Amino acid sequence: MRRPSGTTIALIAGLAFLYVPLAVVIGYSFNASKLVTVWTGFSFTWYGALLADEQILNAARNSLIVAFTSATLAAVLGTMAGYAFARFGRFRGRNLLAGSIAAPLVMPDVMTGLSLLLLFVALEQTFAWLPGRGLITIIIAHAGFAMAYVTVIVRARLIGMERDIEEAAADLGAKPMTVFFGITLPMIRPAVMAGWLLSFVLSLDDLVIASFVSGPQSTTLPMVVFSSIRLGVSPKINALAAILIIVTLVLLALAAWMSRGALRMRPAK
Amino acid sequence: MQPVIAVESVSKSFGAVTAVNGVTLDVRPNECLALLGPSGCGKTTLLRLIAGLEAADRGRILIDGADMTHAAPYARPVNMMFQSYALFPHMSVADNVAFGLKQDGVKGDALKARVQDALAAVEMEALAQRMPAQLSGGQKQRAALARCLAKRPRALLLDEPMAALDKHLRERTQFELMALRKRLGIAFVVVTHDQSEAMAMADRVAVMDAGHVLQVAAPREMYERPASRRVAQFFGDINVWSAVVGLAPGTVDIPDLRLAVRIPAALPSAGSPLSVALRPERIAIARDPAPMGDCSVSGTIEDAVYLGMTCTYFVTLSSGAVVRVTAQNGEGAQTFSRGDAVHLSWRPAALTVLAA
Repeated sequence: MRRPSGTTIALIAGLAFLYVPLAVVIGYSFNASKLVTVWTGFSFTWYGALLADEQILNAARNSLIVAFTSATLAAVLGTMAGYAFARFGRFRGRNLLAGSIAAPLVMPDVMTGLSLLLLFVALEQTFAWLPGRGLITIIIAHAGFAMAYVTVIVRARLIGMERDIEEAAADLGAKPMTVFFGITLPMIRPAVMAGWLLSFVLSLDDLVIASFVSGPQSTTLPMVVFSSIRLGVSPKINALAAILIIVTLVLLALAAWMSRGALRMRPAK
Repeated sequence: MQPVIAVESVSKSFGAVTAVNGVTLDVRPNECLALLGPSGCGKTTLLRLIAGLEAADRGRILIDGADMTHAAPYARPVNMMFQSYALFPHMSVADNVAFGLKQDGVKGDALKARVQDALAAVEMEALAQRMPAQLSGGQKQRAALARCLAKRPRALLLDEPMAALDKHLRERTQFELMALRKRLGIAFVVVTHDQSEAMAMADRVAVMDAGHVLQVAAPREMYERPASRRVAQFFGDINVWSAVVGLAPGTVDIPDLRLAVRIPAALPSAGSPLSVALRPERIAIARDPAPMGDCSVSGTIEDAVYLGMTCTYFVTLSSGAVVRVTAQNGEGAQTFSRGDAVHLSWRPAALTVLAA
C-alpha cells in the first residue's frame, strides 16, 4: 500500500477539524440517555421530544420566515446596489453608499443591534410604527446586514463580466430593463443565488441582532437554543442541531449544483 | 446619393484624452468602409459613437438622414459585431439570433423564418441549438454575424472582425464576408489595424491617427497616392526621404540619395522642404547600371530577406541611407546576398511627392 502523502494527511486533519464536532452532535442526537455526553443506546426519543416542543417549533417557524424573507429582500437590494457600483461609474454619493453598505461587515453585531433597537424605539414613539417590534423588525435588521454580502458578491461578478454582452443586447434593440432582466440577471444568477443562500444562513444563525430587535412574540431558533442551554444542555438541542446541519448541507449541495450549471453556461476560455 | 451614415465634426474625449477629434466621414450605401489605424487612434471609439454606445461631445451623427446623435443604441438602425462577438452565453445560437428580432416584436412563424434565414446566410443551421461555449472561434463569429444580419440593419459595424481568428481562417472569412455583403446589399464599416485586411475588404479606407481621419480613399489610390507621410508609412511599406525643391524648374534634390530628380508634378518654390516617397516594389535591382532615363543609385546589400513570393533587400547607399527594395521571385530572377554591390533604378513617375 502506498504511504499517504503529507497533503493527504493535512487534508484529512483539516476536514476532521471542521466536521468532527458536527458528527459528534449528530451522533449524540440519537443517544437514549438524558445526559448529553453519556452514551447509553440508540434512540429517536429526542427527535420525538423536539417535535412535541411547541416553543421550539414556533421558534423554528419564526426563524424560517425571517431567514427566507430577509434573504430575499437582501438579494434584491444587494443586487441593485452591486449593479449600481459596477455599472453606474462615479455617481453622486457613491462613497457614502459604499460606506453605509460596508458598515455592517465591520461593525460589531452588538452595536448594530443596539442602534437598530434605538431606531425602532424612536420610530414607535414618534410615528407609532412597528409597535412592540416583532418578526418585521428582525427581517429589516437581517436584510440590512445581509445585503452587504450580496452587494459584494454581485459587484465582483459584474466587474468580472465583460460589458460588451450587455452592450450587444442594447445594440440589438433591447431597452435597459430588457437588458437587465434578459441578459444581466441570468448571467449573474449564480452570484445572486449564492448571496441569497449566504443571507439565509446568516439570518438563521444570528443571535445578537435578533435578540436586540425582537419583540415578545418573535423568538427565533438561536434565541431558544441559547436560552435553553443556560439551563443545561438538553439532548433535544442535539436533535435540533442535527436537523439544522442536514438542512444546511442540502442547501449547500443545491447551491453547488446550481453554480455548476452556471459554470457550464459561461463562455469557453 | 444620400449617405447611410454621416459623421459631422464629431469629437469625443475621455478625461484628458481626445479619442475622436473633429471627424467628418460619410458611409455610402452598399459600400465597405474600413477604419484603419494603429491601436488607440480612435477607430473603435468612432464605431461605438455610430452605434450609440458612446455619446459624442460635439458634432452630429446622421443615419439615413435622421439625426441620431443623441439616440439610444437600441433606437439606431445599425448593428455592431463586437470583437469578442459578445454572444449571450446562456442562450443557444438560435435564441441569440432571435433576441434582436423579439425586441422588434417579431413573433411566431415570422420569427422562426427570419432566424432560419439569418442562420442559413452564414451556414450555421446545423448548429442552431448549440450553446456559445460549444462553438469554435469561427463558428462564434458566424453566430454573431447572423445575430446582426437578422435585424436587417442599414449598416453593419464590425470591430476587428478577424482579430480572434487564425491566419488561415481569416482570409477565407474575408472573402465570405464580402460575398455576403454584396448579396445582402448593406453597408459595412470595418475597424481594423491590419492594412492588408483593409485592402482586401474595403471599397474605401479611412486612415485614422490620434483621433483624426488623415485620408479617405479607395485602397489603390491610398497606396499609390498617399496624402501625407503618415498615411504612406502606415499603408504598406514605403521609402520616404526628405527633399528640397531644386533651383532648376521641376527638379527635387534628395540629399539621402545624392540625386536631383525631375518630377512631373506641380512643385512649390525653390528651396521649400518636402518629402519624396517610393514604394519598394517600384525599384529595380540589378548588378549592372540601369539604362539611361531612369533614376539610378548604387549601394551594397545590407540584408536580404526571403519571403517566398518576393525578396526584400535593404540596400545601404554611400550616403548611409538605407533603401528598402522588394523584388519578385520567379524564373530567371536574379537573387542577391549580403555584401553584393547593386544598382537600384526606378522611373521618375514612381516617386510620390508629399508634404514635409
